[in-house]
Amino acid sequence: MELTLWTYEGPPHVGAMRIASSMKDIHYVLHAPQGDTYADLLFTMIERRGQRPPVTYTTFQARDLGGDTAELVKKNIKEAVERFKPKTLLVGESCTAELIQDQPGALAKGMGFDMPIVNLELPAYSKKENWGASETFYQLTRTLLKEKVSSSDKINPLRWRELGRRPKVNILGPSLLGFRCRDDVIEIQRILSEQGIDTNVVAPLGASPDDIERLIDAEINICLYQEIAEASCEWLKRNFGMEYTNTIPIGIKNTIEFINEVHEKLDLPLTNREELENKSKLPWYSKSVDSNYLTGKRVFIFGDGTHAIAAAKIAKEELGFEVVGLGTYSREMARQVRATAKDLNVEALITNNYLEVEDAMKKAAPELVLGTQMERHSAKRLGIPCSVISTPMHVQDVPARYSPQMGWEGANVIFDDWVHPLMMGLEEHLIDMFKHDFEFVDGHQSHLGHTATNKNNILNSDEKKEKNSKEGIIWTESGRAELTKVPFFVRGKVKTNTEKYAILRGIPEISDETLYDAKAYFS
Amino acid sequence: MSKVEFNKETGPREVFCGLTSIVWLHRRMPDAFFLVVGSRTCAHLIQSAAGVMIFAEPRFGTAILEEKDLAGLADAHEELDRVVNDLIARRPEIKTLFLVGSCPSEVIKLDLATVAEKLNKRFLGQVRFVNYSGSGIETTFTQGEDGALKALIPLMDSSDEEKLLLVGTLANNVEDRFKKIFRNLGISNIESFPPRQSTELPKIGKNTKVLLTQPYLSDTVRDLKHRGCEIISAPFPLGIEGSTEWFLAAAKAFKISELKVHEIISPLINRAKLALESHKEILKGKRLFLLPESQLEISLARFLHNECQMDLIEVGTPYLNKDLMKEEINLLPDNTKIVEGQHVERQLDRVRESNPDLVVCGMGLANPLEAEGISTKWSIEMVFSPIHGIDQAADLAGLFSKPLKRNQILTSKTLVTH
Repeated sequence: MELTLWTYEGPPHVGAMRIASSMKDIHYVLHAPQGDTYADLLFTMIERRGQRPPVTYTTFQARDLGGDTAELVKKNIKEAVERFKPKTLLVGESCTAELIQDQPGALAKGMGFDMPIVNLELPAYSKKENWGASETFYQLTRTLLKEKVSSSDKINPLRWRELGRRPKVNILGPSLLGFRCRDDVIEIQRILSEQGIDTNVVAPLGASPDDIERLIDAEINICLYQEIAEASCEWLKRNFGMEYTNTIPIGIKNTIEFINEVHEKLDLPLTNREELENKSKLPWYSKSVDSNYLTGKRVFIFGDGTHAIAAAKIAKEELGFEVVGLGTYSREMARQVRATAKDLNVEALITNNYLEVEDAMKKAAPELVLGTQMERHSAKRLGIPCSVISTPMHVQDVPARYSPQMGWEGANVIFDDWVHPLMMGLEEHLIDMFKHDFEFVDGHQSHLGHTATNKNNILNSDEKKEKNSKEGIIWTESGRAELTKVPFFVRGKVKTNTEKYAILRGIPEISDETLYDAKAYFS
Repeated sequence: MSKVEFNKETGPREVFCGLTSIVWLHRRMPDAFFLVVGSRTCAHLIQSAAGVMIFAEPRFGTAILEEKDLAGLADAHEELDRVVNDLIARRPEIKTLFLVGSCPSEVIKLDLATVAEKLNKRFLGQVRFVNYSGSGIETTFTQGEDGALKALIPLMDSSDEEKLLLVGTLANNVEDRFKKIFRNLGISNIESFPPRQSTELPKIGKNTKVLLTQPYLSDTVRDLKHRGCEIISAPFPLGIEGSTEWFLAAAKAFKISELKVHEIISPLINRAKLALESHKEILKGKRLFLLPESQLEISLARFLHNECQMDLIEVGTPYLNKDLMKEEINLLPDNTKIVEGQHVERQLDRVRESNPDLVVCGMGLANPLEAEGISTKWSIEMVFSPIHGIDQAADLAGLFSKPLKRNQILTSKTLVTH
């Protein structure tokens, strides 16, 4: 047993839901009790999705356990297939159903449907969300392509020449509830297209089962997020000889490295190498004099493997920060994160426990934190500026504007998002110079908009104000007591309104009743 | 009883399980800790359902079962002991620890009662342990509170003192208002259950008159009856009408005249009516569809029809205790269609067919319905907002008028959702 307060990843079936919800013409029948439907809101609230995830929950109850839960599974599968008419059906179970062993996948396969059925066995008591997403995408790819394995020759990455067309690649890994996947896909497609490379299929995001069957029309695969796509890429390599890329194009250096890697794999000459560095503003912004103050800023990094490793490289090599902490909750990528940490002379933190991360953060005393939404909260408590670089995320981390992490525009976004929480160069210099002047407000933190100490000041001054009242109106004890129950952020308004009301009505003493009278009057 | 149409439906559901109620219970009793014995799904549910990850160290957590616990390689009782020891060492301020059963712990028949009993002996005088189930195979959403309260009843001492006991979690400011009004009525001995501190449990007995503040407490009511308490039959204090009837029922039980009640609450009623006016303007004649979730649906339907003049298409409820809801059902208009249980797909078909102006539903369904051009109100907000009592009637109406008002401002109906 492991005590968990907040968790970085959900259970593996949530990973499966991410794949199903990312795709078209797929339905997922999940053998699960009521309550597990909470997972729908991850998609409809965090991602603001206008469609329900394509998931049917069998909703078994305690009273069903003595009877035939297998029949319940079959009934739900039948209804879901009739209603949603999916081209491919995923069948699986959540943690509780795993214990009762109805084997819904096998049941579904025995029901005589024509469509491919993917039986998902995702061990809920040992694995987590990203693993579940990876496994689901892999099983789906395998199911839809396994019949073509023997009949196909190994794919020659140079065949595009013989075929007399531009080279084609697949972009694998982007999914819903991934970090900025929607925009990364657009950015990467744009970059590839500029290099004369066409995108064959993007999957799972936006793909249908038909698209999965078309994966082998491409020459190579772009593995955009290892957490989700590496297992599928590896299977496609083993069975169809499809090469895949290892470089994650986050940051200028990695984006150039990525373009190189794609060209090498396709034996395509890279003609515009010199232009590449200037495709993004990051290199110049980072070199401009205002950025001098960024030199040696202490930065603490924690996130999923892909984003944490990329962030460390950008921080050190492209912004001139000092990386004082690096870690991940992705155990699957622990080895790579450790290697990166070793190069940076820090010890990698591999953990699921956000309190351990907060402790490490405290000890490292960084000036900037790059993390998940957990680290955002921790950093806020410690009064340290923070930028979110990885899932788990908040609805705020799904911005309306185009804001990729990858490629040239991704580098622009990263420069802004990481640097804006800090003070600007001249600003830092001036504050340092003038901080002894009497006008200077103690604890000045520029535009960072925190911290707890400021909040206390507001409360204290509020309380002081409450004791005096203008226009000679007296606040009685009950009135004052009631006022303190009003949340502090609207207390000022309630106080003003009540006094305004008391003046209007010629009430000399404000009691709790006056407060409610005023509330009703102004509502 | 008015001619209400009762229906039952079974099938796939879209509701929270009882674990969700921890989100408001832990706030009510800041000296208690809720330890769910369950899976990663349980932990993920609680943090996702309420978006409450603002706490550094929340007063709830999950002891996540792992492979070795299930395979019998580790003794689940010993493992739980270890987790509890660590927790209490870290959080010495905890006075009551709720061991909360989940779907997996129920299925593997982990005996939390025995664990609680052992721990009670070990931590005697320091921490009290109680257990209940918030599992999705047995409970829906608010039923979790029912389980938690029921679990506390055996810890309550007996007393024959006459008192009014308000049962069900209330926002603190609402509770203070209620107590003040009752004192003005002449009822001086008033207590609340759950109390604000888990250690300050009220004493109960044959002269305890129980007045429910929430409609989802069937099991708690049954056990309070067994302890000799008198249950005051009343509608629930939502809206002016429900709250008035609620005060009247309490007054009657304490032999206080109706005249006195009206004298005390009529100024409140008058100003509440005034405040309600602007919301009624918006809600009047609008057609309402309530999907099942919080068990507050019947009371809300009654308020929104009788006081805000909305038309009721369908009133869903996850579970219906006709006895407990008798007074509420009596106040519903004739031919109200109540549906107990859910087949979410068929219910959504009915939503679309009936083209409602407003749907009350869970967060998983709200944006998809909005995307279809149907205005929604999340039901979870009802359990987090102070909505009880006469003074809050306008705020309660405001929860429903706001989405409609917004819909009038934003007129575009053919949005592409990405």
